[in-house]
Amino acid sequence: MLRTIGRRLLLLIPTLFGLTVLLFFWVRALPGGPAAALLGERATPEAIERINEAYGFNRPLPEQYITWLGKLLQGDFGNSIETRRPVLEEFVNRFPATVELAIISLIIAVGIGVPLGYWAARNHGRLIDHLSVTGSLIGITIPVFFLAFMLKYVFAVQLGWLPSTGRQDREIDATHVTGFFVLDGLLTGELDASINAIVHLLLPALALATIPLAIIVRITRASVLEVVNADYVRTGRAKGVSTQVIRNRFVLRNAMLPVVTTIGLQAGLLISGAVLTETVFAFPGIGAFLAGAIFARDFPVLQAFVLFIAIAYALINLLVDISYSFIDPRVRIQ
Amino acid sequence: MNRTAHRRLLGGLAAGAAFALLLTGCQSQRDDGDPAASEPGAASDVDSTFVFGSSSDPSGLDPAFASDGETFRISRQIFEGLVGVEPGTADPAPLLAESWESTEDGLSYTFALKSGVTFHDGTPFDAEAVCANFDRWYNWTGLTATESLSYYYGSLYGGFAGDENALYESCSADDESTATINLTRPFSGFIASLSLPAFSMQSPTALEEYGADEVGGSEEAPEYSEYGEAHPTGTGPFVFESWSPGNEVVLAANPEYWGEQGQVQEIVFRVIDESTARRQALEAGDIDGYDLVAPADTAALEDAGFNVMQRDPFTVLYLGFNQTVPELQDVRVRQAIAHAIDRESLVTQVLPEGTEVASQFIPPVVNGYNEGVTDYAYDPEAARELLAEAGFADGLELTFNYPVNISRPYMPNPEQIFTALSSQLAEVGITVNPVADEWTDYLDRMRGTSDHGIHLLGWTGDYNDTDNFVGVFFNGYSNEWGFENPELFSALTEARQIPTPEEAASTYEEINEQIAQFVPGVPLAHPAPSLAFDPRVTSYPASPVNDEVFNMIELSE
Repeated sequence: MLRTIGRRLLLLIPTLFGLTVLLFFWVRALPGGPAAALLGERATPEAIERINEAYGFNRPLPEQYITWLGKLLQGDFGNSIETRRPVLEEFVNRFPATVELAIISLIIAVGIGVPLGYWAARNHGRLIDHLSVTGSLIGITIPVFFLAFMLKYVFAVQLGWLPSTGRQDREIDATHVTGFFVLDGLLTGELDASINAIVHLLLPALALATIPLAIIVRITRASVLEVVNADYVRTGRAKGVSTQVIRNRFVLRNAMLPVVTTIGLQAGLLISGAVLTETVFAFPGIGAFLAGAIFARDFPVLQAFVLFIAIAYALINLLVDISYSFIDPRVRIQ
Repeated sequence: MNRTAHRRLLGGLAAGAAFALLLTGCQSQRDDGDPAASEPGAASDVDSTFVFGSSSDPSGLDPAFASDGETFRISRQIFEGLVGVEPGTADPAPLLAESWESTEDGLSYTFALKSGVTFHDGTPFDAEAVCANFDRWYNWTGLTATESLSYYYGSLYGGFAGDENALYESCSADDESTATINLTRPFSGFIASLSLPAFSMQSPTALEEYGADEVGGSEEAPEYSEYGEAHPTGTGPFVFESWSPGNEVVLAANPEYWGEQGQVQEIVFRVIDESTARRQALEAGDIDGYDLVAPADTAALEDAGFNVMQRDPFTVLYLGFNQTVPELQDVRVRQAIAHAIDRESLVTQVLPEGTEVASQFIPPVVNGYNEGVTDYAYDPEAARELLAEAGFADGLELTFNYPVNISRPYMPNPEQIFTALSSQLAEVGITVNPVADEWTDYLDRMRGTSDHGIHLLGWTGDYNDTDNFVGVFFNGYSNEWGFENPELFSALTEARQIPTPEEAASTYEEINEQIAQFVPGVPLAHPAPSLAFDPRVTSYPASPVNDEVFNMIELSE
């Protein structure tokens, strides 16, 4: 198994390499340069020229690509044009916020989605089933941006129960060890800091979790319905296998395969979905950072971000494949 | 079965408990938030922490290397210049210099400095420190002398050491509290320009110690110096405390401040880049105020009890004409467009409260404003006649460029302005072909190409100097306007070198008239930017040039 994982990781290298080529030229093909965004309304064409010269944007594209790739291989992602700091440093600073947000969202999506889908399937055709199908349809269609503003309006502005922005209140004055605020509070014994961080995470996580939650409900329901009617379940029942065993070992386990795939895909989407959510909640993660980078045509940040998403997807996919072999011993990763 | 039920019950209880814990945690945190902030050190029994919603991170902490509003907003709390502004106006006033005198020829300025002032690191503020700052700017080279870093010094002072165009010559410390600056040629905006945060006085010791000019690292992308990242040291009422990029900047009151300290003991600039998010943060009580309120939000916020304030307009919004378009080369066509536009209704329909109708390219408070300038009143009939005279009796088709998804202080809602104007133009038989671009593409098109027709753009003044408006627009050929007018270009260059603003006033009045007759575009309005505050903010020093120092804020609770 370890060897297989190693091989999969090695395969990642040519994939990423291909991606860097696509990415590099795609980003450069966008209209408008970073100089305009950097210099403001009254910059002269000469000034713009000077900036392009300084950043190398006016050199031939292949040359720019090779320079960029060479640096990338040494772990140098370049400097953000807007913030002037190394992109890698910016990512390391903001990464924990986004991961924390994604994990809480995933917990909400899976924790509610799987039981709800299973429950709906067991009550196939009844009211609860119809409600969950309709509800999940709404969940899929509602725009994240809109939902985030609504949640904020109700729970932060009107009711005042939850904070509207940020990761933690300033009054908390917590010690930060890892940058994961919830974990930091637990490590240092500052439980109130952890709770405060969770309180800040609730609204953005809920907004971010809605679409994956709705999708997971639907997939779980469909998958369970399919398995319940499978031959081996009927045979099991006929042979007098207990309901408990049928439910847990026959139905749930087998129904989980497509669900796990979906969860994997959704986990990747969470990180890109964070762009909108973090912007609405002024949540200082990489999503909000990317939103700013798009407007400023901050090429180094855009490139690093897409690469980063690609790696995250590849790793999550690998995890999904590994978990398959635990759920269903017939599936062995090759 | 029983066991499962039991487990489920436990799980449910645990979840319920966790949720209750969260709510109480949240509740208690919100309760003890306020008393904690008004602990010792507070000047009175108000919450002395002031939280401001910024639209972006500062671009650095060293204002000499900055040119953007969010950086300057923070700089103004930490730093002071030789010259400040009269509160509530754009006029220069003494700050670290108590007075100044210039020689008749406008080449030498002697500043009498305030005594007993020290920088945050204990370094005394004296004539040596003044010269150290001027010499620092003048001697920048390489990366530090580029537009992306030292924009203001580069553009206002003609260049750096060794540059034949350089305006600065030398600085001498005559005694501890007298400094003389010598210029190579007169510059009427010299005193006013010193009120810009880019020319704030910084501690020479700290500049040296933290390598303020050691920007770079790599040539391709400038990096902050240690100074610009974590050690800004000025003489202002607030001291830098911390900066967590993408999140917030925190300042604390300077206990050694020479002036009035005020109620605010701590300032938090929280980055919330989305405008609706800023409004919601104010409504939720998470911030005490924010800038550039969307025009659509002002009425609603006011109704809900928030304090909405307007700055006196220090902006101009105009409809520019690109004269490389053949039709626009005919002055009658340009005059016709000017007559076709109903600025009054534009202002009342789509621009924020407090906006003034424009008659020239500078706001009324700026030196050289011409009360009697030729004005093109709204007169569709005259517009039609002029068009007919120019040979467009059957109508005229023009490209109309405007930006989308952007809000600027002088142009909060370009899409609405475009719609209003194009229907007014249609009235007189001018059909427009709309071309909309995203902001950066739009700027590229305006500045880098002549591929545009009539277009929307504008400007917010940096400090009270006429050259900072009309000089910026018309001091030479540009792609935006596409015309050569040597008379106007040289008039502006000469006006800039008149020693004092008083003497320059009449020249600028003439220039404004000259521009009005040439009609390079139609000045439309001077929109007033709005700020919104929590009801507890009873007074805020709103300034047309954004010179707002938070020790002047008054709070009621």
